[in-house]
Amino acid sequence: MANREERLAAIRRAFPEGSGVVELAGGDMQTLRVDRQALPALARHLKDDPALDFKLLLDVCGVDYPGREERFEVVYHLTSLEHGHRVRLKVPVRENDPVVPSVYGVWRAADWFEREAFDMFGIRFEGHPNLKRILCHPAFQGHPLRKDYDPGQRWLLREGEQEEPAWAKEAQEDEDHFETQVLNLGPSHPATHGTLRTVVRLNGEVITKAETEIGYLHRCFEKMAETHTWNQVIPYTDRLNYCSAMMNGVGYALAVEKMLGVEAPPRAQVIRLILSELSRVMDHIVDVGANLNDVGAMTPFLYMYQGREELYSVLEACCGSRLTMSYVRIGGLSSDTPPDFEDSVRYLLKRIPKLIGDMETLITENRIFRGRTEGVGAISAEDAVDWGWTGPCLRATGVAYDVRKAHPYLGYETYDFKVPVAHAGDTYARYLVRVEEMKQSLRIVEQALERLQPGPIITDNHNVALPPKEDVYTEMESLIWHFKLIMEGMKVPVGESYGYTEAANGELGYYIVSDGGGHPYRIKVRPPCFAIFQAFPHILEGHMVADTVAIMSSLNIIAGELDR
Amino acid sequence: MGNPEVRPSLPVVGGTGTAGAVAKQPDGSRVFLTTKLEKLLDAARKNSLWPLPFGTACCAIEFMSFMMSHYDISRFGAEVVRFSPRQSDLLIVAGTVTDKMAPVMVRIYEQMAEPKYVISMGVCACTGGFYRAYHVVQGIDEFIPVDVYVPGCPPTPEALLQGVVKLQEMISNGETRYQRALAAKRASQAQAGG
Repeated sequence: MANREERLAAIRRAFPEGSGVVELAGGDMQTLRVDRQALPALARHLKDDPALDFKLLLDVCGVDYPGREERFEVVYHLTSLEHGHRVRLKVPVRENDPVVPSVYGVWRAADWFEREAFDMFGIRFEGHPNLKRILCHPAFQGHPLRKDYDPGQRWLLREGEQEEPAWAKEAQEDEDHFETQVLNLGPSHPATHGTLRTVVRLNGEVITKAETEIGYLHRCFEKMAETHTWNQVIPYTDRLNYCSAMMNGVGYALAVEKMLGVEAPPRAQVIRLILSELSRVMDHIVDVGANLNDVGAMTPFLYMYQGREELYSVLEACCGSRLTMSYVRIGGLSSDTPPDFEDSVRYLLKRIPKLIGDMETLITENRIFRGRTEGVGAISAEDAVDWGWTGPCLRATGVAYDVRKAHPYLGYETYDFKVPVAHAGDTYARYLVRVEEMKQSLRIVEQALERLQPGPIITDNHNVALPPKEDVYTEMESLIWHFKLIMEGMKVPVGESYGYTEAANGELGYYIVSDGGGHPYRIKVRPPCFAIFQAFPHILEGHMVADTVAIMSSLNIIAGELDR
Repeated sequence: MGNPEVRPSLPVVGGTGTAGAVAKQPDGSRVFLTTKLEKLLDAARKNSLWPLPFGTACCAIEFMSFMMSHYDISRFGAEVVRFSPRQSDLLIVAGTVTDKMAPVMVRIYEQMAEPKYVISMGVCACTGGFYRAYHVVQGIDEFIPVDVYVPGCPPTPEALLQGVVKLQEMISNGETRYQRALAAKRASQAQAGG
């Protein structure tokens, strides 16, 4: 991992001082301020220079600063899988000319992220092949994440105004002069598991063109976050990837704690880790089960769901909620675990492997399942990285990138576990990776239980966390802390931070900007399945229509996280 | 009906007392209890609801629990889930409905054959929940009529089971929106005719 100076020197070889690239001091990662004229060449250089090797574009987002002369800022986050280093680019643009060159030609991952920035802020990306709204509906007026947009202002969509790809309206003949057929899958369709829509053109049964439409569950997470206090955002994070709610909260809390400079007590960290790994198992149960269900195998889903119910009961005992837990607080956890927590987790450690074993006996060597999934929906490692994939789907192509190993948090570096990798990159490989990940997660939980010591579960820094209730009743100072926190909320220092964790679907990033007030100034979520799903229509081409179902559920697209 | 001591030995439909049933005299001969056809149909309808899960968000995951073996909705005769609106009579809207999704929901509701019932599962579907935001429908009753609201974020499977049982009670008492609209229509026709 080259250090900051060496990376800057590598950039300065092509972009000397005065060429529109300025390094900003400080920050949680190396940050460059880039003039928009210099952006395309810089992007190419960052990707192709072997010393820099920024092959993975994680995120593109806009930020609105109404007071500034250059009102909008487009922020790019990049990482190198080879060297492990990261960089942030900032491109400021004026309100009356909000145009930035598109980097789609360098990283295809920019495709949907740029469309989202256009939708939310009205920033236009020159050279983007399909720049139109992505999350909001076509009858929407204005750009909702601009600071002057009223959070409650709705626009109604009528049935006739729904989005239709332009190519879907044209009749087309194949080489034998038979008309091809356009088929609409979703958004309410048994195999889309939620609200995803794909329009495909069929030649016989083979898909020749596909386009995906998302945004049917756009619940305005980022705008809502700006109108709530820092701790109030946690329930909203639960509803991003609701199959594994705990991990979203942990990622958010870690990102904010990094800005505050506080750390959760050891017991809270271990509990966070245990519940995160159990959530990973829960998430993979739903994904693998739904995938099997979609290719016609209902039984394993019923087996596995029993395990999920038992996992739920442990979570419910901890915080009172089965699914959307809101258990994390900034600086720790909301309450301590029940006295039988360790016993019930130990029971699960015996119970879940048995259920996984049952399912594997039925499925892993099953000829029908292998026939439906092997070679279906395959993607190469280069393409997957180019599209911005992370998580199990990327590891199924042979790239062993896991945030828990590459940039450990919560003490993952001290646990003994392996990162499962497959090489085919197809639907079957994704199944194998997920099954093995469940087993590895249980290994981590087993080790973590040994380290669970009694102790406080939330930090005693009362700028962040409320003092204990009995102290509030008896001590003047605690009462004042309590009053200030309730009335004014926690204050996070001015600045920005990109916190990232390994969620069930891949790297879950929170880019957080604080202006020092009681509310977040801007929170941008980098949802892993957003990057994964943008490659979906391209994977589909050449496949049979029945394969769409097998491929889609193997990618584990969770609409809450996709559309936010 | 003759003998007042006759008690139905084989109740075909549940115990409202007004439903029809085959009864046996003490000597073994059969008699029939009479009822209105409407009541008999309602009893059949309430015990075999065919839900269409319009699952959009987190609630759909709890809906899965509600279907699976642990909570098992089939105990209440409503386990046959159909994704085609033409084959189902109970629309369960599980999750947040956005303005982008609303026309789809309305279309699915309109495609369902009558009689049809709607359960709104979760606070998002009921009122928009804590998403008081620019892209979220503030309660699906802006667009379609709702019979039972099940609060919770998400509701537990028990709560949804109770919602289904509540709907069954409403059907047998003629309280659903469909039944009330039908009754009102008949009353106005009778008035016009009489």
